[in-house]
Amino acid sequence: MTEKRKLVVIGNGMAGCRAVEELLTRAPDHYEITIFGAEPEVNYNRIMLSPVLAGETSFDEIVINGADWYAENCIELRSGEEVIAIDAAARMVATDKGDRCTYDRLLIATGSLPFILPVPGAALDGVIAFRDIQDVRRMTATAEGGGRAVVIGGGLLGLEAANGLRTLGMEVTVIHLMDTLMERQLDEAAGFLLRRELEGRGIEVLTGATTEEIVGDEAVTGVKLKDGRTIPADLVVMAAGIRPNIALARDAGLDCNRGIVVDDFMQTSDPAILAVGECVEHRGQVYGLVAPIWEMCRAVGDTLADVESAGYRGSVVSTKLKVTGVDVFSAGDFAAGDGREDIVYRDAARGIYKRIVISEDRVIGAVLYGDTEDGNWYFGLLKEGENIAANRETLVFGPAFAGGAPQDPNAAVAALPDTSEICGCNGVCKGTIVTAIAEKGLTTLADVRAHTKASASCGSCTGLVEKLMALTLGEGYSPAAVEPMCGCTELGHDEVRRLIRAKELKSIPAVMQELEWKTSCGCAKCRPALNYYLVCDWPDEYADDYQSRFVNERVHANIQKDGTYSVVPRMWGGVTSSKELRTIADVVDKFGIPTVKVTGGQRIDMLGIHKEDLPAVWAELGKAGFVSGHAYAKGLRTVKTCVGTDWCRFGTQDSTGLGIRIEKFMWGSWTPAKVKMAVSGCPRNCAEATCKDVGVICVDSGFEIHFAGAAGLDIKGTENLGIVATEDEALEHIVALVQMYREQARYLERIYKWARRIGYDEVRSQILDDAERRKAYFDRFVFSQKFAQVDPWSERVSGKDKHEFRPMAEIGFPQAAE
Amino acid sequence: MTSWVKIGKLSDIPKRGARCVTTPMGRIAVFRTSADEVFAIEDRCPHKGGPLSQGIVHGSAVTCPLHNWVLSLETGRALGADEGEVRRFDIKQEGETLLLDVAVMAVAAD
Repeated sequence: MTEKRKLVVIGNGMAGCRAVEELLTRAPDHYEITIFGAEPEVNYNRIMLSPVLAGETSFDEIVINGADWYAENCIELRSGEEVIAIDAAARMVATDKGDRCTYDRLLIATGSLPFILPVPGAALDGVIAFRDIQDVRRMTATAEGGGRAVVIGGGLLGLEAANGLRTLGMEVTVIHLMDTLMERQLDEAAGFLLRRELEGRGIEVLTGATTEEIVGDEAVTGVKLKDGRTIPADLVVMAAGIRPNIALARDAGLDCNRGIVVDDFMQTSDPAILAVGECVEHRGQVYGLVAPIWEMCRAVGDTLADVESAGYRGSVVSTKLKVTGVDVFSAGDFAAGDGREDIVYRDAARGIYKRIVISEDRVIGAVLYGDTEDGNWYFGLLKEGENIAANRETLVFGPAFAGGAPQDPNAAVAALPDTSEICGCNGVCKGTIVTAIAEKGLTTLADVRAHTKASASCGSCTGLVEKLMALTLGEGYSPAAVEPMCGCTELGHDEVRRLIRAKELKSIPAVMQELEWKTSCGCAKCRPALNYYLVCDWPDEYADDYQSRFVNERVHANIQKDGTYSVVPRMWGGVTSSKELRTIADVVDKFGIPTVKVTGGQRIDMLGIHKEDLPAVWAELGKAGFVSGHAYAKGLRTVKTCVGTDWCRFGTQDSTGLGIRIEKFMWGSWTPAKVKMAVSGCPRNCAEATCKDVGVICVDSGFEIHFAGAAGLDIKGTENLGIVATEDEALEHIVALVQMYREQARYLERIYKWARRIGYDEVRSQILDDAERRKAYFDRFVFSQKFAQVDPWSERVSGKDKHEFRPMAEIGFPQAAE
Repeated sequence: MTSWVKIGKLSDIPKRGARCVTTPMGRIAVFRTSADEVFAIEDRCPHKGGPLSQGIVHGSAVTCPLHNWVLSLETGRALGADEGEVRRFDIKQEGETLLLDVAVMAVAAD
């Protein structure tokens, strides 16, 4: 028998021990083995630390190899002893205990180190990582006193830590730099579901949040964010990522990039030294998950045992989150792309989202939330590159599925609780309608309207009521077809609006998940509509998504046919001054603006301005007190006036003053489509108020309010709402009418079309006859204005959305290559 | 032959948004999708020359702001019933950095 060679393993972790196990199964007698472990422990399963933290298992249960394993295999374990240097030339390692140990072959399995954010206070007492059993013990000990924990990092590790700490009874806040949790593994839709689940467990989630400083004297007391907020904390867990631990290898002169560079046989640049696990870089990839590491260990086992093999070829990875009750799976590439097909399945009632990405009849990626049972099946299809053309239709239902399951158009309504309000006008809930249908044997929409009043007023909930009838009556009732918003959904605009309120949906991903959108992120039709509906319904809570707005509303100017823009400053009620006109003249000269035109809305349009010049133009205009005229917005445009009692011999009221008052009250509000108004001082109607969305004709006895006129694609005189005595009343009626329109109309539907659809009498009865309802509309408008009345031009002059107005780079003619 | 030029960082472009790069051959629109993929195409709609960089980005397509043509960012071809095509440019990410292949411009400049 030949003399045994000496193998030294640095790292008593999962990779190091697994590699030794692989070696022992192949060649039990080749080596005399010594394993160094910096941690004073036997070998344990690091990926099970999360369940230990959550109290679902104990340390003893996650030990992979106890002391007897080392003894049985004649392995010398030197735990709590750290290797501090490798002398590759002498084939020797030195330890922190001053010992030296020679080797014939060395295996580096030093794993990775937690990435500690380089912020002030990172070294304070109470700031820890989530990497080893010591960290877990520290967390468990802190949690005994209750208190608050902040977890920095909303990736896999951070969320597992957050869940564990919450389970132990701490108040937990997760701070995540990106907008989506686990953004490397999940798309927006799955990220939304995960966030909702965690919030439901009482974990506060702050996304798009940058940590600026960890505060405290000796022990940590809080985390300060870039936006100025400070989150109190007794414990801070840094889970912002991991870095391969390559210090020893680099100091020994081995080739290193991000990790220790190895070939397919896990050989480093020194032929006597191998490396395995999270510390290595193989074909440019660094891995932090267990599956690829097991594959590497098989390769290293072959190499050590001198068995000929194909080596390690790299891994396709899949991820699962180890939080009990939260099922998340992701694998492969799930970016959208051409020639790639998304198969999306959503089940709002069960909180399920599945997205399978297919390219050339092969699965290339999968994201599953809520039901991950089939994750491994998809992962198998992905790794094998299997052709799925034959079962493409049913692929999303998993391997057990046979036969088609068409999407149920009534599902979203079926999932509503009985207490959800279906008809906002008459305050009728789902339960009331369902009960009435069943108990009274109602079979027609007219019956349901007569008995419950649901959809009997504005009618915008008709589609929902019909779906409830279909659900209750089964095949006995087929609802009239509702035109869907777009190809992404079966639901119409009215239904989506009602469901946003009934289910309190407050973000675009929430709407798409709960209403079972068929695409992963919508289209250019539904995104702007949903963005408006959410801005309208949740003015204080919803964060406007600028990427879902058309360019005009994004850059606050009107795009022209040549890609330049036009700028229209507000002239309140059409009144201007020499100072304003002089400023406009100066701006026109300074920026060489080619065309200046008086608009039909009594103001001045400057056309042909280059996008890059917009902020500078606005800055000059702003100095003279101009604000945006919103000439580009689905919002309040102008209030046209005549000179009224100020000058006109026929004037009956201060029409100019009322026009200015209305405009100053209502500017900045977003509406389904543009809104143009006018106030005329007498029935001669010089301001042309009777073809506007809303118009006022002043008369001796007060103010006649008109609505639903049109003078564009269609020509239509206004309808008369009624007459009121005072300016205050006129304002309240007009504002209430516009708010009713804001809440009920479909996106891009002008007031005249909306009013015709729901009936002019319905508008009169809600706005003129019902004082309480009018006041409620008025109050809701006033509340929403608190968040809407910000001049977008001055915001951008101060630097908001800078990226919109500058090219990213300018490239000159490249120099010819030498 | 390729000739890579640094044009900025991924984070310079909003998700589901675009930025422009000006070149002697006209403007190039650089898009970032919700999945953080980047694409570069000529900033001129084949229909009536609209600036595609100003459109709404959905999936890996953009809707032109002038007349709602939808163009694939991957192939540069119009989707749906419309027919037309814009020029594509190779672009790659190295870490956070974005690099645009300007070789075609070098050829044109010669």
